[in-house]
Formats: sequence, structure tokens, C-alpha cells
Amino acid sequence: MVNNQSNTNNPRLDYEYRRRKNAEGMRIQVATFTLMIFFTVISFAAVAAGFSKWFVIPVILLLAVIQVGFQLYYFMHMGEKGHEAPSMFMWSGIGVAFLTILAFVTIIWW
Amino acid sequence: MNADEKYTPQTWPEGPERATLEGKNKFLGFWFFLGGETVLFASLFATYIALKDKVPSPDHALAKDLFELPLVFVMTMLLLTSSLTSVYAMYHLKNYDFKKMQLWLVITVLLGLGFLGCEIYEFVHYYHAFDHTFTSSAFGSAFYTLTGFHGAHVIFGLAWFIALIVRNAGRGLNLYNAPKFYVASLYWHFIDVVWVFIFTVVYLMGMVG
Repeated sequence: MVNNQSNTNNPRLDYEYRRRKNAEGMRIQVATFTLMIFFTVISFAAVAAGFSKWFVIPVILLLAVIQVGFQLYYFMHMGEKGHEAPSMFMWSGIGVAFLTILAFVTIIWW
Repeated sequence: MNADEKYTPQTWPEGPERATLEGKNKFLGFWFFLGGETVLFASLFATYIALKDKVPSPDHALAKDLFELPLVFVMTMLLLTSSLTSVYAMYHLKNYDFKKMQLWLVITVLLGLGFLGCEIYEFVHYYHAFDHTFTSSAFGSAFYTLTGFHGAHVIFGLAWFIALIVRNAGRGLNLYNAPKFYVASLYWHFIDVVWVFIFTVVYLMGMVG
């Protein structure tokens, strides 16, 4: 069986297109990584600077959520085609996770 | 498509991790597992939040006495960078460049080992300097269960990567092992996802009180 993923019926052109597409994808991944490092540095700096905890806690939690979104949707490709079932699995897991944490922080307060 | 077929960069399929039925099944099954892992870690996080600083007497160390920002920062950078290096490995997997993929996986493993070394140092330090142990308080139990479970995932992920690197060293890339590498890298990213919440919820929120 011939394995050409041809769209143009020109294997060499398709190959070069795919290489360029992969390289472009990698540049986006590196940009994502830079943002993740940036968010991490802001989180640590906010804590080190000693701001009020009512300011710091929401900010660092928000940055963590954004960073995890980057990890899931860029590094793990969860938003790409063919990831409908993985999305459902993860969002179901996140839903149960949210309920579990909500229950533990609101019911247990002694 | 035959899983053992030899390929060239030109004939290598676009989504090698899902080009075979076995690959498709592994991909789907592994994401299902990660959904379950999310729930598992949520229960550990919930327990930790509920039991944070719950100690039997005032002479026990609390979160703000224990944690130090520089060590946690170094650990975070090591694990975050190892996530990017495994993305590089998957980039070379897509381009059918076996040697470069192996090289980036080895770098990933080294960064992971660095993280693990820091965590072992951290636990030993808490034991000697603060007598903070698994059985010293509810806080200690919840802390070591959560961070230790994550650490155990790191150990498992490293063993997995090393096994794949060694077992496939002489084989090269094909559609039989491409899904294996891909799924292991997903696991590694998930470990990083959990760590982002650990450094935020346990360490940073522990420092601010």
C-alpha cells in the first residue's frame, strides 16, 4: 500500500507542506511555553512581594487555570480535530474534580 | 497499514500516533484514564485543602514555616521545561526523525530526574529540620499523600520513558511504537498539569497563609 497522504497528488509538495506546518506548530508551542514561564514568574513574584492574600490568591489561581489550559490545549492538542472524546473525558473529570473540591472546602470547616 | 512497515520521512503518515487501530484505541483509552486521574488528584487536593495546617499542638510546623520559594521555583522550572522538551520530541516524531526524538526524550528524562532529586531533598529536609512526617499530623498526612502521589507519577513517567527509549533504541520509528511514545508524552504533560496546581495551591497559597 502506498502511504502518501496526498492532497495535491504531488508527494514532494505535500511533504514540504507538512514539514512547514509542523515547524509552524512548533513555533506556536515555544510561544506558549514562554507565556507559561511568564505566568509562573508573575505568580512567584506576587507571593514574594507580600501583597494581601485576598489579592494574591485569586490572581495565582487564575494564572494556574490559564496555564493548565495552555498545557491541555496546546501541548496536549486537546482542541484539535479528533479530540472530541478526549475533551469529553477531561471536562467530565474536571466537573467531578470541581464538585469534590467545592464539597470539601464548604462542608469541612472545623 | 502494517505496523512493522518501514517508512521514510516522505511516506510517514500525518498522524502516526493514530494511524493504526491499535494506536486509535490507545489514544482513546489513555485520555479516558487521564479523565479518571483528574478526579483522583481532585480528591487528594480537596483533602489537603481541608486538612491544611491541622496539627495537634502548636509546636508542629505549619505550611508557612515549611515552604521556601526558591526550591519550589527551581522544581517548577525543571518540570515546565521538561514538558516543552517532550513537545520537541513529539515534533520530531511527526517528522520521522528518530535520533532527534530520542535525544529530546533523554533531555526530558534528565530534567525529570532533576525535579525528583529536588523533591527527595525537600522531604528529607522537612523531616530533619521540622520533624514533619507522614504520621506527625493530619496536615503531614495530607501533604505527603498529595505531593508524594505526584512524585510517584514522576517516577513512573521516568521509568516509562526510559523503558521506551531503551527498548526501541535499535528498532527505529514505526507505527507500532509511535502511539507508545505519544501516549507517554501525554502522561508527562498531565504530570505537569498536576504540578501547576500543586505549586499554586500547596506552596504559593501555603506561603500567603
